[in-house]
Amino acid sequence: MAEPILSLRGLKAGYGDFQALFGIDLDLAEGEVLALIGANGAGKSTLLRAVTGLVRCQRQMVLFRGDGIGGERPDLIARRGIAMVPEGRRLFRSLSVEENLVIGGERAPNGEWTLERIYSLFPILMEKRLNPGTALSGGQQQMVAIGRALMANPRILLFDEISLGLAPVVIKDIYAAFPAIVATGVSVVLVEQDVARALAVAGRFVCLQEGRVSLAGRPDEHDRAAITAAYFGAANVQGAQ
Amino acid sequence: MDWVNAIVQGILLGGLYALFAAGLSLIFGVMRLVNIAHGDLIVAAAYLALVVVQLTGLHPLVSALVVVPLMALIGYGMQRLLLNPTIGKDLLSPLLVTFGISVILQNGLLAVFTADSRRLAAGSIETASIQVLPGLHVGVLPLLMFVAAIVIIFGLERIFSRTSLGRAFRATSDDPEVAQLMMLDRAHVFGMAMALSAAVVAIAGIFLAIRTNFDPASGPARLLFGFEAVIIGGLGNLWGTLAGGIVLGVAQAIGAQISPGWQILAGHLVFFLVLAIRPRGLFPRMD
Repeated sequence: MAEPILSLRGLKAGYGDFQALFGIDLDLAEGEVLALIGANGAGKSTLLRAVTGLVRCQRQMVLFRGDGIGGERPDLIARRGIAMVPEGRRLFRSLSVEENLVIGGERAPNGEWTLERIYSLFPILMEKRLNPGTALSGGQQQMVAIGRALMANPRILLFDEISLGLAPVVIKDIYAAFPAIVATGVSVVLVEQDVARALAVAGRFVCLQEGRVSLAGRPDEHDRAAITAAYFGAANVQGAQ
Repeated sequence: MDWVNAIVQGILLGGLYALFAAGLSLIFGVMRLVNIAHGDLIVAAAYLALVVVQLTGLHPLVSALVVVPLMALIGYGMQRLLLNPTIGKDLLSPLLVTFGISVILQNGLLAVFTADSRRLAAGSIETASIQVLPGLHVGVLPLLMFVAAIVIIFGLERIFSRTSLGRAFRATSDDPEVAQLMMLDRAHVFGMAMALSAAVVAIAGIFLAIRTNFDPASGPARLLFGFEAVIIGGLGNLWGTLAGGIVLGVAQAIGAQISPGWQILAGHLVFFLVLAIRPRGLFPRMD
């Protein structure tokens, strides 16, 4: 494999006295879609927050194209080309839909993603572009959050709980945009509680359990029982049976 | 006609109070910081204008060309060096730092300029007036202050609503964490907000110095008037702040018309009345 665009080396991170990650090793290749799965509290969000600099960690625990970026300031990490669609959308409520998109891109290099392309990917946003971001439905807000991240023309795009709290029909719409996003060559880490959907679009997956990698590989390498066991913990699965 | 005159003077005085308040409102809006040193910064700007006028012989109003950029630089530096390290989840520590800055500024000014009260002489503009109606004269200087307040608030609103910097202010205010993911350096955004606030403070300081006597202890009263204008107008709304300044100015003018001793008290009473009836101010925008 060519040099990975992102590598985690023994990543340990947490909040205060609470440690959420206990030494994660992971590589993300250029253009790869990696699904990060695991039960609530497994450490998926903490992992993304460590990569974006929102949670502190040691410099050499996160490598971007071989450079240690762990613990760097979040805005500097973003400037390297790492964008995130945060859990819960978190649109800026005093900004219009269009301003939310513009602010995502105005300090970033020019690239394929422009306002026009976002509007052609999510036409409903064109209609609503002057509305406050928070006046939209949950699904539309997620489209704005995705568009806002794409406007940075990132090299790595992190999705945190992309479908959480959205209606199934809306989730379908969001995933319909996925091929167009991946086609730009961006590397993706997808945190998703809908495991089947995540595995359908990902080339590879990593399953976390209580802050450690419990299983990793291609979706077709492992059967459902193995993934379920890695997800919930073998003891829990046996207990349930 | 005396009453009409008092109300007109009160409205114009409200412009100056709005200038005191605009920078305070801006800082609170962007970083939820109550800047206790705001009034002392206004007085410091007045002294800075005094020094610039004495050194260069410039007209006090023209000295703004020097004082405004200098104050903006000082504001930026103060934010980056003193306030940013304390800004976080806790509202109290930055508040205490601004209190400290206030005390240091007052005593620093006292040490350098003594307790003597000063004034900036602005020549004929101080006494010039325009006759609007028979028996109703409007001073050129108060009118100029009022127009300056409108222009500055219009400018600040434009910056907030139309520019990249304004988007950065609003985004950082809405969600500081996600704003960082938009490549925004929070320390710089806060520094720019304080620089802008200090630029407005500079204008307010120059007008203060032309209009009245000032001394190193004049700051807290200016802070109080500015604070009252912000609260009366409603947090986060700069036009509301202008309205708040006008309400305060008119209340003081009417109070003064009743009896000179009532001037300041009437302003405070109206402030309490607004707080009691509409705790979020007359035109609130911020949650």
